[in-house]
Amino acid sequence: MMEVLSMGGYGSFVWSAYGLTIIVLAVCIIGGRMGHTKTINDVRRRIRTMEVKS
Amino acid sequence: MTDTAPPVPSLWSGFIGIVRRDILLAWKRPGDVLNPLFFFAMVSTLFPLALGPSSEQLGSIGPGVIWVAALLAALLSLNSLFVSDFEDGSLDQLLLSPQPLTVLALGKAIGHWIVSGLPLVVISPLIAISFHMPDQSIKVMAVTLFFGTLSLSLFGSIGAALTVGLHRGTALLSLLILPLAMPVLIFGARTVSLSTSDDAVSAGIYFLAAYCMLALTLAPFATAAALRISNE
Amino acid sequence: MWKFFHKLASPPHFYQFAGKVVPWFAFTAIACIGYGGYAGLFVAPADYQQGDAFRIIYVHVPAAYLSMMGYSIMAISAGIGLIWRIKLSHAVTAAAAPLGAWFTFLALATGSIWGKPMWGTWWEWGDPRLTSELLLLFLYIGYMALRASIDDIAKADKASAVLALVGAVNVPIIHYSVEWWSSLHQGPTLVREGGPGMVSDMLYPLLAMILGFTFLFGALLLGRVRTEVLFRERRAKWVREMLLDDGGTT
Repeated sequence: MMEVLSMGGYGSFVWSAYGLTIIVLAVCIIGGRMGHTKTINDVRRRIRTMEVKS
Repeated sequence: MTDTAPPVPSLWSGFIGIVRRDILLAWKRPGDVLNPLFFFAMVSTLFPLALGPSSEQLGSIGPGVIWVAALLAALLSLNSLFVSDFEDGSLDQLLLSPQPLTVLALGKAIGHWIVSGLPLVVISPLIAISFHMPDQSIKVMAVTLFFGTLSLSLFGSIGAALTVGLHRGTALLSLLILPLAMPVLIFGARTVSLSTSDDAVSAGIYFLAAYCMLALTLAPFATAAALRISNE
Repeated sequence: MWKFFHKLASPPHFYQFAGKVVPWFAFTAIACIGYGGYAGLFVAPADYQQGDAFRIIYVHVPAAYLSMMGYSIMAISAGIGLIWRIKLSHAVTAAAAPLGAWFTFLALATGSIWGKPMWGTWWEWGDPRLTSELLLLFLYIGYMALRASIDDIAKADKASAVLALVGAVNVPIIHYSVEWWSSLHQGPTLVREGGPGMVSDMLYPLLAMILGFTFLFGALLLGRVRTEVLFRERRAKWVREMLLDDGGTT
């Protein structure tokens, strides 16, 4: 197991590259979803206030 | 004054009119011409002062330093390319004029180059001499700066047109223009430093000339489109 | 066929259609990346020169590929938006920029991590690919800076579309000039083109990763375009009906 993790001595580089990839992709995925939810809530709130006024 | 509309002036006279007007304006306000020039000279002076007077070192960094200083000086003056026209309303007149806006945009860029780019080319030999660059490099420096500053004026006019009403200052314009200016910088500076060691320089000069032609043909269209968008 | 595209260009149809497509893209992406990541890390044999460090290729190359793909998508949709005035394509351009910038950053970062054991430095100016990627990142940043500084959406769309097109003309020139520049140093490169012996055990995980990243990019892009469309159409009737009727979080 340790042998696989050490990657022939390059373990720190390989795993940090993969880790960084996962982090960046997660930021893209979560950021996209959060942006979408936020936009939906904003737009819905805006529509509600418009309905109340009219 | 007659009732009929005056005849539309030819393309050439429209183009020349814009160029002449910008040169005249610069003549009336010499600061616009001199400030970038002094900036160019001063930035080039910073490096010998910061790095020490060793002539070998200066000779090797000279091409890069002079090119970077020229690029920054061109950027500095590009910021105001359309701003005064925008503020006093003459930009609206340009947009309304019967001439194609592309020709007028070309005139603005050429006028800007004559006022701010050409003086850089003219004084670059002085700075090159102060950097102990060999004679053949001084010629190459002037030729590459000639094509390089012309391309920068043309590509820069696109960025200036895009940012004209924005009041965000030079930083935004630099962000837009600098990546586009990289090929000019790379070929300009590398060609001059190749010439310091007597290597072949024609490839770099041909590239800069070709890039300049590309800018001459494409940039005015983009500038005209950008001006229309910015003034909607 | 044309009817399908015409329908797709209308915001409500696009919104519904993209909402249905995204899960499929995401599913395909997870499957491909899962296989490619596992096989790339544990099944593929170590490279005879680079040892196990070459396994970074499985994240670096897809990211670099998509960073350029992202700019192409941006430029094409910017052109379509300017010429045919299709609002949806402006939304695509706006959505593609931040994603492309993230993938460019990822390509730069993984390339740099790969460079450390191979070249002994985190950054090697002599490598034309990394330098081009850096300039590509600057192009993305310039695009986003222009976009962020114009408040009016319609104006921001058109102005940044012009910039995206001018940038697209410059990308090949920048790439070529960086290559010329670095050829004077004979710098080392990470990826050997058509290098000797990419055995199938090495190649298939790479293809799977590229495919998986592409589908992931597609899913992320469609998701962001949906957000853009929703925001841009916030005054439209279909948005109001959709948001008030179902009450869910579609």
